[in-house]
Amino acid sequence: MLGLNKADLRLYLIVLGMLIFAPFIMNPFPEGSGLAQFNGGYPDLLQKLVIFGIFAVGFNILFGLTGYLSFGHAAFLGVGSYAGVWMMKLLTMNVVPALIISVLTAGLLSVIIGYVSLRRSGIYFSILTLAFAQMCYSLAYSVLTPITGGETGLTLSLNDPRVLGTSQTAEGNIPVPHFFGLEMNASSTLELGAWSFTFNTGYYFCAVVMAVAFYFAIRLFRSPFGLMLRAVKSNQARMSYTGLNARPYTLAAFVISGMYAGLAGGLMVAMDPLAGAERMIWTASGEVVLMAILGGVGTLIGPILGAGVIKYLESIISTINSTILHQWFAFLPDGLEDFVVAIIYPFVGKGWHLTLGIVFMLVVIFLPGGIVEGGKRIGNLFRRKRREETPPSSTTTPAPKPGE
Amino acid sequence: MSDKNLSRRGLLKAGAATGVALSLPTIFTSKAYGFTNEPGASSVTLGFNVPQTGAYADEGADELRAYQLAVEHLNGEGDGGMLNTFSSQVLDGTGILGRRVEYVTGDTQTSSDAARSSARSMIERDGAIMITGGSSSGVAVAVQALCQEAGVIFMAGLTHSNDTTGKDRKANGFRHFFNSYMSGAALAPVLANAYGTDRNAYYLTADYNWGYTTEQAIQEATEGVGWNTVNTVRTPLGAGDFSSYITPVLGSGADTLVLVHYGGDMVNSLTNAVQFGLREAQANGRDFQIVVPLFSRLMARGAGENIRGIFGSTNWHWSLQDEGSQAFTRSFGEKYGFPPSQAAHTCYVQTLLYADAVSRAGTFNPCGVVEALEGFEFDGLGNGPTLYRAEDHQCFKDVLVVRGKENPDSEYDLLEIVEVTPVDQVTYAPDHPQFSGGELGTCNPGA
Repeated sequence: MLGLNKADLRLYLIVLGMLIFAPFIMNPFPEGSGLAQFNGGYPDLLQKLVIFGIFAVGFNILFGLTGYLSFGHAAFLGVGSYAGVWMMKLLTMNVVPALIISVLTAGLLSVIIGYVSLRRSGIYFSILTLAFAQMCYSLAYSVLTPITGGETGLTLSLNDPRVLGTSQTAEGNIPVPHFFGLEMNASSTLELGAWSFTFNTGYYFCAVVMAVAFYFAIRLFRSPFGLMLRAVKSNQARMSYTGLNARPYTLAAFVISGMYAGLAGGLMVAMDPLAGAERMIWTASGEVVLMAILGGVGTLIGPILGAGVIKYLESIISTINSTILHQWFAFLPDGLEDFVVAIIYPFVGKGWHLTLGIVFMLVVIFLPGGIVEGGKRIGNLFRRKRREETPPSSTTTPAPKPGE
Repeated sequence: MSDKNLSRRGLLKAGAATGVALSLPTIFTSKAYGFTNEPGASSVTLGFNVPQTGAYADEGADELRAYQLAVEHLNGEGDGGMLNTFSSQVLDGTGILGRRVEYVTGDTQTSSDAARSSARSMIERDGAIMITGGSSSGVAVAVQALCQEAGVIFMAGLTHSNDTTGKDRKANGFRHFFNSYMSGAALAPVLANAYGTDRNAYYLTADYNWGYTTEQAIQEATEGVGWNTVNTVRTPLGAGDFSSYITPVLGSGADTLVLVHYGGDMVNSLTNAVQFGLREAQANGRDFQIVVPLFSRLMARGAGENIRGIFGSTNWHWSLQDEGSQAFTRSFGEKYGFPPSQAAHTCYVQTLLYADAVSRAGTFNPCGVVEALEGFEFDGLGNGPTLYRAEDHQCFKDVLVVRGKENPDSEYDLLEIVEVTPVDQVTYAPDHPQFSGGELGTCNPGA
């Protein structure tokens, strides 16, 4: 079905299911309970998980398939954001033109940066992309302040021209981004006993875009073009000896992955119409590398999981403060309570980077293949047990499928 | 259906249709409220969004301390602090409108994106009715725009750029802190008195919005008293070493250096300038002078003895002798063991002002709060008689001109107040060129 083989179709359906039911999956704890702190089912986080998922999937097309490690992908995300906001300022609050122009602008920039950077490979390529991205950041932060808004970021204002729409609503406010009338910030709440689930239009719009983007990524992974990219990764020198010029392929991969980043940037402003320069700083480029590695480089679903883990940790762990910790451990005797809180406190709130660092280290040391490898190991554990119960007909284990 | 063979596709379709049908009525539930995050009968949640990591983490930590103190006082714990000296006496220590005050915290990371998503999680997940905090103008402008869209009130923390209540002003946003224009207007006469009216100034300006507006404000104000501007140079944010920018200053014909830097940048650039001997230098037959438009105690501590004798402006200082300042410094000192910074003061005051406005309005509805705050005149919160101007939601109050103390008694006693510039001297028209291009719009109560 859909031109996918059975395993890919299953994977795709799993992702679709996760996207549709995310508001439930991310809100497992009843409202008002102590664990409600860990609920992540609110629109902002759900949107961010999906948007960074798209960003990471796109990054993985370059890094996972060709092995070229770009350290400047945030530049495309940022350029996409700026283009999107300008579209909303000048043309219409409908998100479709904004997304199209975001993707195209990011694509254009990635052609330029890719054309120059791809003349080198390995560490030199990484440094070149990093340099370009930092250039873009500096330009956006100060030099191009009239276009980008500089430090305060590019925001909508009450007197934007907006040719195909109104500058302000009847109540005198800035109109909300919409998809042919469906407002992105509209939410409805479902109360089920102690639980409360929020369904947000913007989130489901992102989810649809993600479904399309992920489908495209699967097809690309399984196409002859994808195979060619894998060949670049395994041995580029051998490829060129056979008379193949790898440059067009790597450039195409670079541009596609830049366009994914632009799409993510456009979605970000469609959800929240502000574009800031920090989006392009080198730590943002590093973050997407972390996402890919944490989830599993070169796997289809890995980057999505990696993006999810990082954004979840960032949003949830950073909001835990000492008052909340004291509430949790209030059942302990006073001295012990203070002691436990003092132990945990450095890892939450402003210390969330520390937690992320530890998780990252553990994954890289014990699961070099990322979360996906962890999942596979657990799967194998169960499979082996089943085999022990019923003696197998063949003793060979199936070779792991590349790229799953 | 006559077809008994239920296909998988048919089942999926039917399931999807049922799901849509079931969820349809719930679409209307969100519209049932009068405004975003209407609080329940027992408690109300405020969102404290401060930088806990990054360049302004010190300020953020101090802001958080002040917020916790304000919540204590609003809930009737502690000694009440400024509640006792506040000219409006509707707050009685029983929370806000009889609801106990609770709070959530978040980390802005001094980045607009992080600040906005942290604020959104407070609004969407924790049901915060008001967002406050921040220690830079970029963050303040970004979060203020978000609060306007979401329909909650934003009480700005430390933000000094003209834009916050200038071109980026919003109906749901309020600023108690002073701004670049006020710094210029307060500093210029003092500088003319101390250094003469024929100085040649050289500007090193942080290369972002706050730097631009502050440079413009100081330049226009000092040129008004007869100074001449030799050159203005933009420096990148976070440059650890400013020596390459300092070197050309002495040969440029300037005799005064204005450092439009804040936080760590100011500490570094001032240290560089002193190391290069600018303070002992002579230019145009006079002693060379350095001016730092925006001072804070935390910066003064970082710069150490380099700051001695240097003029700057500040919003508030704990050594002020009025009743309100003393009450606040006392309760802050008792709780934390050291005096509060100006960032702590403005955040504490903003929380009290919000609580007071809600109580006077009798509702948490943002539109009611906006109405109660617009044109509100108050006293007893440390800055003397103050007005929240309706046209741009900026507070108008006296501005302090300070100087680095020559012989500090302690690590907190680094600044001495040179002059309290009266409010009339720093007042400007709402459509002043430095503030033009913005519109408040109308208050947004949200859903």
